[in-house]
Amino acid sequence: MAQRKPGHSARARQDGGTDPGSAVARSAPGTADVFEYAPAPESRAIVRISPSYDLFIGGRFVPATGGALKTVNPATEEVLAEFGVASAADVDRAVAAARAAYEQVWSRMPGSERAKYLFRIARLIQERSRELAVLESIDNGKPIRETRDVDLPLVAAHFFHYAGWADKLSHAGYGPDPRPLGVAAQVIPWNFPLLMLAWKIAPALACGNTVVLKPAETTPLTALAFAELCNQADLPPGVVNIVTGAGETGAALVAHPGADKVAFTGSTQVGRGIARAVAGSRKKVTLELGGKAANIVFDDAPLDQAVEGVIDSIFFNQGQVCCAGSRLLVQESIEAELLEALRRRMRTLRVGDPLDKNTDVGAINSAAQLAKITELVAAGEAEGAERWSAPCELPGTGYWFAPTVFTNVSATHRIAREEIFGPVLSVLTFRTPEEAVAKANNTPYGLSAGVWTEKGSRMLAVAKRLRAGVVWANTFNKFDPSSPFGGYRESGYGREGGAHGLEAYLDV
Amino acid sequence: MDSVSSTTEAARAPHTEPAPEPGSAPGGPPGRDRAAAGETAVSEEGAPARDLAAALPVPDRPVPDRLDLSAATGSETALRGFLHGLPGVDKVGAEARVARLGTRSIKTTAKSRALELAIRMIDLTTLEGADTAGKVRSLAAKARRPDPSDPSCPAVAAVCVYPDLVEVAKRELRGSGVKVASVATAFPSGRSPLEVKLAETRFAVAAGADEIDMVIDRGAFLAGRYGAVFEQIAAVKAACGGAHLKVILETGELVTYDNVRRASWLAMLAGADFIKTSTGKVSPAATLPVSLVMLEAVRDFRAAGGRMVGMKPAGGIRTAKDAIKYLVVVNETCGPDWLDPDWFRFGASSLLNDLLMQRQKQAAGYYSGPDYVTVD
Repeated sequence: MAQRKPGHSARARQDGGTDPGSAVARSAPGTADVFEYAPAPESRAIVRISPSYDLFIGGRFVPATGGALKTVNPATEEVLAEFGVASAADVDRAVAAARAAYEQVWSRMPGSERAKYLFRIARLIQERSRELAVLESIDNGKPIRETRDVDLPLVAAHFFHYAGWADKLSHAGYGPDPRPLGVAAQVIPWNFPLLMLAWKIAPALACGNTVVLKPAETTPLTALAFAELCNQADLPPGVVNIVTGAGETGAALVAHPGADKVAFTGSTQVGRGIARAVAGSRKKVTLELGGKAANIVFDDAPLDQAVEGVIDSIFFNQGQVCCAGSRLLVQESIEAELLEALRRRMRTLRVGDPLDKNTDVGAINSAAQLAKITELVAAGEAEGAERWSAPCELPGTGYWFAPTVFTNVSATHRIAREEIFGPVLSVLTFRTPEEAVAKANNTPYGLSAGVWTEKGSRMLAVAKRLRAGVVWANTFNKFDPSSPFGGYRESGYGREGGAHGLEAYLDV
Repeated sequence: MDSVSSTTEAARAPHTEPAPEPGSAPGGPPGRDRAAAGETAVSEEGAPARDLAAALPVPDRPVPDRLDLSAATGSETALRGFLHGLPGVDKVGAEARVARLGTRSIKTTAKSRALELAIRMIDLTTLEGADTAGKVRSLAAKARRPDPSDPSCPAVAAVCVYPDLVEVAKRELRGSGVKVASVATAFPSGRSPLEVKLAETRFAVAAGADEIDMVIDRGAFLAGRYGAVFEQIAAVKAACGGAHLKVILETGELVTYDNVRRASWLAMLAGADFIKTSTGKVSPAATLPVSLVMLEAVRDFRAAGGRMVGMKPAGGIRTAKDAIKYLVVVNETCGPDWLDPDWFRFGASSLLNDLLMQRQKQAAGYYSGPDYVTVD
């Protein structure tokens, strides 16, 4: 206790700031005795990880013929398991299994019967949510707080939502009896492995399609756990097939002539390749790609909540979010005040063990992603932007990046234009609503945006002019299965979620 | 002032710092400050709060003696402009923030420390028409030694009673370091003339109260007569003399978070040493989001060049789990400076027993039950 006052002033001087909130115990040793949170690790015991995994084809786990890859825990670099790489022949088998299931079982089944399976899957996800949350956290590096409170509840919610649609498709606005497409080839990213799986599989199955899904090569484990869960739900064999592997497997899958529908979430670069590969074919395509979202804070914003929103927009999931608010556009008159509050808040972020229930920011998913973030941050510094990173002790092993904010960023800097996909925020300023809109729209992307103002009329006027698939008003990164999600231009096309999301899986 | 046995000289220092001096404090009664501030503040209407805060020199000490905030209280217009220029509070966002902080997992050593701290922060309260000297004596004994089976258990911060029982409480607590707080100013409604409120305050102080818990005139506040509320708080502050003033906002009657933020600043500008959520007689009493907004206010007030002001949620906090959530919100909003009985209190009665049971469990490894703590 006696150290409290001197501890505070020393810290304030060091940081050159005034802020009392600077002191999360772990980054401010002088105050550690007041109220340092003891480690609160979630138990790993609930999860059983096999040494190796096969492909899931036709309701059975079958060995891959394309070799094997390893998946590591990005927080420790520990190898978690080996998994099969699906060759073109394996993909062929998976598509054939999906085709058979489509023709013989799933497309003939009444919607009300399909709904039963989807409801059963949703309930099983809820029942096993702790196990799946821990597994996701281990394989991806994201904090257990997020997998437990965000990912898994949303995964279950998506299955529940689309289970409800399965017998009501004739009321969805796509005609009296909309038909499914057939076999859907789906490729998903590593940032929300199980959630992206749910976004893809739930609407596909609800509409009567069968799927072949390829999870990302750094995060295959929850998809494989989901495969097992499909068997637990007695889902007819072949309705869901999971093929693991890297880029080549994905390329073989989307190019497969037996696929009627291609759905991809991932980088704009890969998305372009997919669009090229399927051009001229009869395949229906939806792409959900990158983003460089603007989060616009006006001077009449609810300041404390705006700061929270900025934190959520860029540090949620270590910033590895396609709709992350990576560009903060702040009105010049409150720039200093907002940045001061933002830095104060960033000092309280707890970076570390993803399985600790008090961790706010976990590990970067892979060495490659960390290298990309590091490279772009170096470019930001070289181009003259001013970098500030939250003081935090990063673990010695694993892939880590401290929450970082760049000020003095100009629109020409790479960090203001390119998607960093990491916990790195670029701050730009504006003077008028026109300037804010112009700067926000000045990007080839158009996935999401945020607007912060207490003035309703301004909120609506600005939101209307933003070219982004989603505009959040006084909040950020909020998701709901009933709300459509998707982008403009280089952020892709098609919508996922809600009634809109059905269109991508119906022959309409 | 009684010394708190469990705090050190350094920790106690803030109690002796300058602000309470009527007339020179920002919230002191109308005096030269207000005259000097005069009309200049009017030009700040629109967005005075943040401009003002931004324009102020960055304080390098927690309690600077220069208080430019007095400009905000120059006139009714300036005061209104200032309070309405404070950033708004987004309800959804504020509630989401505390909900997330509520998921913090405070275990083992951290939990032990939190329980100990929470006990030391309690204003053990009895505010019933049925209160008697006997009841207060029993409460005082509990305050001094909450867990008779464990002498290492710290005493609570204060005992809070009605003015006529201050004398009894004071006598019972002599030498213990436990302070005596008294509600005053026509608690809980505050519907009496100012003279009556001041007389009651003086009575409680004369009877030995170390702390006065006053209520604001919610009617005047909701009618937009901020100046009247300000004057009353300042006058009560002057009547307190050396006693500390806690200003009860009765947030359950203010209803909106914007009102809570404005009332917090109003009370601090007028000289409050503590801002307190509720009387406990109105539902809802203390809630986490309301406390978050008030904690942001005390944090911002200091950062803007004001004093350090304490915060006290009161009413409705019954379990150790709840109390720990409050401590987490304090820790992650204001920082550890406020994690001290001098700056944060719980107004509660039944909370103490739950804290004691949890504390016994931490030591013994098993739950004992309600018959192993005393009923008062």
